[in-house]
Amino acid sequence: MSGKHIIEISHLDKYFGDFHVLKNINLSVAAGEKIVICGPSGSGKSTLIRCINHLESHDGGDIIVDGVPLDDKVKNIDHIRSEVGMVFQQFNLFPHMTVLENCILAPVWVKGVPRSEAEALALQYLERVRIPDQADKYPGQLSGGQQQRVAIARSLCMQPRIMLFDEPTSALDPEMIKEVLEVMVDLAEQGMTMLCVTHEMGFARRVADRVIFMDEGEIIEENTPTAFFDNPQNERTKLFLSQIIGD
Amino acid sequence: MQQIIKWSRENLFATRMNTLLSLVSLWLIYVTIEGVVSWAFINASFLGADKSSCMVRPHGACWPFVTAKFNQFIYGNYPAAEQWRVNIVFVLGALGLGLLMAGRINFKKQLAVLMLTAYPVLTFILLSGGLLGLSYVETNQWGGLLVTLVIAVTGIVVSLPLGILLALGRRSELPIIRMMSIAFIEFWRGVPLITVLFMASVMLPLFLPEGMNFDALLRCLIGVSLFASAYMAEVIRGGLQAIPKGQYEAGKSIGLSYWKSMRLIILPQALVISIPGIVNTFIGLFKDTTLVMIVGIFDLLGIISFHFTDPNWTSPQVPITGFVFAGLVFWVFCFAMSHYSKSVERRFSVKGVNK
Ligand SMILES: Nc1ncnc2c1ncn2[C@@H]1O[C@H](COP(=O)(O)OP(=O)(O)O)[C@@H](O)[C@H]1O
Ligand SMILES: [Mg+2]
Repeated sequence: MSGKHIIEISHLDKYFGDFHVLKNINLSVAAGEKIVICGPSGSGKSTLIRCINHLESHDGGDIIVDGVPLDDKVKNIDHIRSEVGMVFQQFNLFPHMTVLENCILAPVWVKGVPRSEAEALALQYLERVRIPDQADKYPGQLSGGQQQRVAIARSLCMQPRIMLFDEPTSALDPEMIKEVLEVMVDLAEQGMTMLCVTHEMGFARRVADRVIFMDEGEIIEENTPTAFFDNPQNERTKLFLSQIIGD
Repeated sequence: MQQIIKWSRENLFATRMNTLLSLVSLWLIYVTIEGVVSWAFINASFLGADKSSCMVRPHGACWPFVTAKFNQFIYGNYPAAEQWRVNIVFVLGALGLGLLMAGRINFKKQLAVLMLTAYPVLTFILLSGGLLGLSYVETNQWGGLLVTLVIAVTGIVVSLPLGILLALGRRSELPIIRMMSIAFIEFWRGVPLITVLFMASVMLPLFLPEGMNFDALLRCLIGVSLFASAYMAEVIRGGLQAIPKGQYEAGKSIGLSYWKSMRLIILPQALVISIPGIVNTFIGLFKDTTLVMIVGIFDLLGIISFHFTDPNWTSPQVPITGFVFAGLVFWVFCFAMSHYSKSVERRFSVKGVNK
């Protein structure tokens, strides 16, 4: 598989002060691959995917995204961020802008796409996340599920090759989780490379190529979804699975 | 009538305590209004060329003092033949501001740019002259409301952008920028404005090379602007701190640079949150302009109190009338600012920003 990897993480180490939050992480992701990351709270899942678009800087090891090493060079960081979209647990839409303005902001100001072109593209993506008729509303006027779908559309407007999701459904009411997951499944079926931190087991079984289990800053186990859920190897994985299925 | 009685019963006289408070309040309102009306109108003198008419009405205002000196109160010693220049500046300023505040006009952006670039240049040329055939008017001839407005408007226009930069600097990840911003802010916040003005007018010339003349009003303008910037920086920093971390991260994740993300995402939200504090600082600044009196510049209050000593007008009623007049003018400007800020806040909250 080597050579076709769009993300290559090797010997990644990260500290918050004295706290060793990521310990020698090695992970390669092929183009088009879908990876689900799960694990107990505080195990470093968010930190790991936030390192990939440099929202967190790492202290050791290498991250190579689409052939570009992630170091302190601003040019490399900018390039990688233009290739990588991110969806947050709290949506993080810009509340002072309409849905459409949220979506065209980056294409216009980062890529220099003409406004009319950016709007056409944005409407196309809003259609894809199934809210074409809300373009002129403000985020505060939308439900949580709608806001999260706008956030996905906003990321897609930069036409990234990789999408990172950090617990995209954890802040949503149960009836809205489905609408967001459906959009994510669509995206997966269209061939997007995806890294999702989520505990939605149905989603993982349906789209994931691999499930990764993290605990205390380490990757403990990784496997295909079927093998992972039906036949976990590690004791900690078994304990974790029994807890989330017990819910 | 019945409705009035019903309303009063419910709102003024519902309980015994309520009734007592209402009666005391009504009495206070009556006493105040009665006092003001009889001082300002019933017992006041309105006509006269000197203090004589005021001396015979010792319990009321001496309005002839204000009407006789009105020109100086507005222009100071600005030559009468050149006062049309000041008037143009006033009218253009009022017109521009009026249009900007009026809300929906389609050339708003262009007008705002014009008001921040061309207008100050034009104002400078018109007021000081020495160019385009306009005679030179030294700033020591400026005075009254003109000087008050020049200082206040300059302070406001300079302190907002400078305050924004300082606030961003104070939150910067670059240690040198952060340290310098903190040092600047804490220095200016720690020193009283009077000291600043004294230093600007007395100390600064000592450090300048011999013969280099630095206009006294300009020194005050710089002092006041830097002083106000430090306060503005702290107000805006409060607004910046209220913006969730997620907004910064979302900006980064879609690839915006630091400055673009500040300009497009963070500042528009932070400034709206800060409007009350910003306007508060503006109002404080407006009133603080009266301190320039100490360094020999005659703002509105300065020139009014200067004229108390005019032998034609030395009467006990004159200072009170003068102070009331000054207070009224300051109040009108400050009230207009606070009123306008409320409407701005309302306009932005309709958009659903402050939810
Ligand atoms: N900015 C930070 N500073 C210090 N500690 C942090 C910071 N962010 C996260 N941590 C700590 O790092 C650990 C991993 O956090 P995180 O990656 O968010 O875990 P997860 O997403 O798996 O719940 C947690 O113990 C958390 O408290
Ligand atoms: Mg997390």
